[in-house]
Amino acid sequence: MTAISTSQRITIDPITRLEGHGKIEIFLDEAGEVANAYFQVPELRGFEVFCLGRPAEEMPRLTNRICGVCPEAHHMAAAKALDDLYHVDPPPTAKKLRELLYSAFYVTDHTTHFYALGGPDFVVGPDAPASQRNILGVVAKVGVEAGLKVINTRKRNHEVIKIIGGRVIHPVSALPGGMSKPINEEERQFIEEAAHENIEFALWSLDLFEQIVLQNSAYVDLILSDGYTQRTYYMGLVDENNHVNFYDGLVRVVDPDGVEFCKYAPHEYTEHVAEHVEPYSYLKYPYLKEVGWKGFVDGKDSGMYCCTPLSRLNAADGMATPRAQEAYEKFYETLGGKPVHHTLATHWARLIELLYAAERMLELVTDPEITSPNVRTIPTETPTVGIGIVEAPRGTLTHHYETDENGILTRVNLIVGTTNNYAPITLSIKRAAQAMIHNGEVNDGILNMIEMAFRSYDPCLSCATHSLPGQMPLEVIVRDANGDIIDRRSQYCTP
Amino acid sequence: MAENGKPKLALYWAASCGGCEISVLAIHEKILDVAEAFDIVFWPCVMDFKVSDVEALEDGEIDVCLFNGAIRTDENAHMAHLLRRKSKVMVAYGSCAMEGCMPGLANFYDRERIMQFVYHDSPSTDNPDGVEPQTRTEVPEGELTLPGFWNTVRTLDQIVPVEYFIPGCPPEAKWTEAAINAIISGELPPPGSVIGMDVTVCDECPRERSEKKITRFYRPYEIIPDPDICLLDQGLFCAGIATRAGCGALCPQVNMGCRGCYGPNEGVVDGGARLISAIASVIDAKTPEEIDAVLDTLPDPAGYFYRFTLARSLMERTRLERQNGHKVARPLEEVPRLDPALKE
Ligand code: SF4
Ligand code: SF4
Ligand code: SF4
Repeated sequence: MTAISTSQRITIDPITRLEGHGKIEIFLDEAGEVANAYFQVPELRGFEVFCLGRPAEEMPRLTNRICGVCPEAHHMAAAKALDDLYHVDPPPTAKKLRELLYSAFYVTDHTTHFYALGGPDFVVGPDAPASQRNILGVVAKVGVEAGLKVINTRKRNHEVIKIIGGRVIHPVSALPGGMSKPINEEERQFIEEAAHENIEFALWSLDLFEQIVLQNSAYVDLILSDGYTQRTYYMGLVDENNHVNFYDGLVRVVDPDGVEFCKYAPHEYTEHVAEHVEPYSYLKYPYLKEVGWKGFVDGKDSGMYCCTPLSRLNAADGMATPRAQEAYEKFYETLGGKPVHHTLATHWARLIELLYAAERMLELVTDPEITSPNVRTIPTETPTVGIGIVEAPRGTLTHHYETDENGILTRVNLIVGTTNNYAPITLSIKRAAQAMIHNGEVNDGILNMIEMAFRSYDPCLSCATHSLPGQMPLEVIVRDANGDIIDRRSQYCTP
Repeated sequence: MAENGKPKLALYWAASCGGCEISVLAIHEKILDVAEAFDIVFWPCVMDFKVSDVEALEDGEIDVCLFNGAIRTDENAHMAHLLRRKSKVMVAYGSCAMEGCMPGLANFYDRERIMQFVYHDSPSTDNPDGVEPQTRTEVPEGELTLPGFWNTVRTLDQIVPVEYFIPGCPPEAKWTEAAINAIISGELPPPGSVIGMDVTVCDECPRERSEKKITRFYRPYEIIPDPDICLLDQGLFCAGIATRAGCGALCPQVNMGCRGCYGPNEGVVDGGARLISAIASVIDAKTPEEIDAVLDTLPDPAGYFYRFTLARSLMERTRLERQNGHKVARPLEEVPRLDPALKE
């Protein structure tokens, strides 16, 4: 990197200036072109350290406090790490209950993202005023009925999470060797009903995407455009048939040509993934160890990888349920084969995963074993090392615990969902800035473009960049070399 | 009050997991009543407001501020001070703001230990040059800054005076609603009140409690408890006996012990100390040695007794005061915690 004297500097704070949850800084060179872009995460909470000394079995209830948006993911990764730690195999029903809860969680999470956060860009339109690009705008466009469908989807799946997990936010029921409580027939019927409704809702959502996005060539061109294309490695959890799985399996990585690069079990994660440190951010940058950290560049020689719904589809050979498989095939036919490198296609991929989660829910809840009272295996072995991996909506989630012979934690390492995408998000921001800023002129479209690139990843920096009804305010401040503001643009209010 | 006569409301998240924000939205369609009844002047998680909007307000112009999350960085503290100055009534919303919650367990360790592990010792970290995040970093194009990360997690009322507390991790929707209704009707309990009930989780728990004396504790994975009998009677640690009611005994209803997210009852200065004495009273022992022998079967007592309350505990305050050389803001015992008129 050549040293460039700063002539202008742009600061973009997602949310608000002092929010403390994420900051984008763009530096221009003297010619007014983008010299570099930085995306900083100003938060560190230290769960890896303060969990030391705690009994390992408390981890499903401790680590869900990392994130109130995806506590279910931490709850499940922790439970799996504990099964491994205690060398215990939970009864089949317990595993199915966990996956059932987890599928319901995926349905609500992907629904929220599509309708409240990412989808408005398409449903309402990328050129619509920002004030309309939110859930209310979606409702205005597709009807109040649609809004109710979204709210009810969230509501019924929250109820499913509460039935199996005991609580909606921060569930409590997973423990080493299984689940604390079975479900009864009445509860099963409720969940089955919810699963049917979820499938209908997912199909309806895909149909909506087809009508509004795929039948509009301007949107398709936008998805296929260069500014939103990035050739990286892709990671995702797969089952024994190399189909997408959220709860269990092996981590598979494909290279930018779509060829399998590696496939690893939880215990091998440190052989494949390492984390790079920069002094300007509290968050580390994971990368593929065998390729190496090459900075913020894409391509086969850079260890940067992505872990998003699109990445999971790219990393797998297909979907395990019939209708999701159909949607999967159509996805690649439409977008020109595998792998797809267009970050905006992530929204479509998310809806395919939504359908899979809904179909999987129905499979699990109609399994004759699901109401079996046998949901616990009592561990008998001495605990040692436990590593659990689940696929969180925002990326592969790894929990690694080591304990003494009493199960008291002596070492904890966590690689959290969004973290996986930290480097590619940074690169996407830089690309958007390079495309939109020339001769020191900050194009109005920059906020939009950065925001859209950002949203496709659905980044959750401890839920930080989530703003619930779909707004992610961005503010651009252009400063001269003395740090004085010479231009200021904001997404929502013109000062 | 706004010109339209609606009270002005602000909501903010500091060091938070986001669960409290989601719990505010969990009042579902009633959120529309909130939008109807209040003039929302600041809610960065949900709507586009700038800190400068808050700075532009008169002191005391915000009627009520619901503040969730603990205080962990310079920025968190800055926002706590700013919102305090601008608000007539400051509410610590949720366990993190009220008592530090689980992230407050970080006070068992210090910043250096966290930095050492995360950036050096973690098995996935690759950091041959020993780089650590800095509050100021020179990059080729200029300087980047990060907020300072504190050694200690603090509760909101250790930083600024607080009028009301809404307990829970996160608070259950009915209490959020109760608080909002109280604000709308102007029937606020006396300052210092905790919005909630003053009985214990046991009072809401459907399990049969015979106050059996126990001779040992079991780890949660060691036994499959009888579904109708009190967990504590069966030797499973349950903080319900010294935890404020309000959640409806959610955890015991799925066979898991309460961990105390609603915090202690009225008048209790140190939640952990109260829990220790409550637990000690169910132990089948006569001498301190015998009690110790039973407590030895409970691993990590500090982590169990202070799971949610470490940051606000007496133990913690003594340490803070020694460190600061003066009393921390608003010690707990100076805050009268009166029964709100919101009892069910
Ligand atoms: S109190 Fe609980 S739900 Fe609220 S921010 Fe803290 S950890 Fe999250
Ligand atoms: S299980 Fe817990 S909350 Fe229920 S009665 Fe026993 S001690 Fe109280
Ligand atoms: S039972 Fe205890 S830990 Fe569980 S929700 Fe209620 S107060 Fe919180």
